[in-house]
Amino acid sequence: MGRAVPPLALVQQVLEGRLTAVARMITHAESGEEACHEALAEIYRHTGKAHVVGITGVPGSGKSALVTRLCKALRAGGRSVGVIAVDPSSPFSGGSILGDRIRMNELVTDPGVFIRSMATRGALGGLARASLSGVDILDAAGYDVVLIETVGVGQDEIDVVQAVHTTLVVSAPGLGDDIQAIKAGVLEIADIHVVGKCDRSDAHRTVTDLKNMLAMGHRNSQGYGWQVPLIPTSSVSGEGIPELLTAIDGHLEALTSSGELEQRRRRIAQTRLLKSAENILRDQFQRHHDRQISELTDRMMSGRTHPHAAAQTLLNQFRSERKP
Amino acid sequence: MQAPNTQPIRVMIAKVGLDGHDRGVKIVARCLRDAGMDVIYTGLHRTPEEVALAAVQEDVDILGISILSGAQMTVFPRVLELLRGQHGSDIAVVGGGVMPDEDVVELKRMGVSEVLLQDTPPQAIVESMRRLVRERGPR
Repeated sequence: MGRAVPPLALVQQVLEGRLTAVARMITHAESGEEACHEALAEIYRHTGKAHVVGITGVPGSGKSALVTRLCKALRAGGRSVGVIAVDPSSPFSGGSILGDRIRMNELVTDPGVFIRSMATRGALGGLARASLSGVDILDAAGYDVVLIETVGVGQDEIDVVQAVHTTLVVSAPGLGDDIQAIKAGVLEIADIHVVGKCDRSDAHRTVTDLKNMLAMGHRNSQGYGWQVPLIPTSSVSGEGIPELLTAIDGHLEALTSSGELEQRRRRIAQTRLLKSAENILRDQFQRHHDRQISELTDRMMSGRTHPHAAAQTLLNQFRSERKP
Repeated sequence: MQAPNTQPIRVMIAKVGLDGHDRGVKIVARCLRDAGMDVIYTGLHRTPEEVALAAVQEDVDILGISILSGAQMTVFPRVLELLRGQHGSDIAVVGGGVMPDEDVVELKRMGVSEVLLQDTPPQAIVESMRRLVRERGPR
């Protein structure tokens, strides 16, 4: 790849699925630089073909190993797969260790699989800012299925559900009791529940707790005729992987036949609009309002104003500067 | 905190071949992370093919390969050749580990951008990475 190729010049090669162009375009998207937006807009016009599947769950629940197994199963069925694997950035240095690939090495020499690691760079919610642009790029490049592996989530990082067609929530044995299973948050967003590490002897307990939770709830039938399944898997033995793939395809089928897919596409579009607006505003604030932010913080520290009033002042200043 | 819109340097750190010693490479990964870089670690026992392709997919600025097994004169030429074949020759390849001085000279002649041997202080590794990216310029 030559030096300093403008993003727009790469679009055609991305659409042809050229590896280096796809890789470089994701780098441009991550940079958020002004020059990439025109190219990403062009790419966006060519999206909408891929089935986008999110994989979320607590750290160490086996998401990366599961993604590896899923990729292999999808490849065996002749489908190509793009993967965006998100890991956290350091809040102090901004750096990161992206280790999801360690479990995916065996996939890399398969030309039908493209894996990209991404650091969160301060974004909350389990995804990176550029994750969804990354999905667009892989979709436009012709990958049949795009998997997004979120960071290991806690209880409330649920951005992924607003960004994908099908959400898998991965639970693992030994991480909590039946009360954890009825809490609000991550467990509620599953279209498919996966219990990983079922080669472990205590896995049946986790399966039972989650099954009881599902039996109690009303949302397990989601209003478009989809019963949320629970699938025990083992990435060591491969147990449950064919069933999981069937469930993923079944979910897309249910979404399509019920019209829910269009609803979700709309929801994804709206989320992205709002997220983009949020990002633009945050960037403008950080770039141009350091002085005001610092002054208002001083006033809060000395007790002369409180957070809500200070925020109002900041926004009023921001608005008045932008009036024609 | 990282200023918005500054791209962290992306580095892939790899162990290639039958070499099970990864303590050093983990320390390097950690010190690059603490210097604000995105570090993709491949884990142990990788092949040159896996590493070169992964580096292209990840669009890294630098591919660092640690070798403590004496296989450097086999591994590096192969990785460089694979990168050229994958249009990844603007990725700077950096060697690390333990190897004879004459091998270092030969590796640099082949196109390895830098070789950092066992006594290199962490800050010097960070500086080398930054210098290589600066010298390459924007892409």
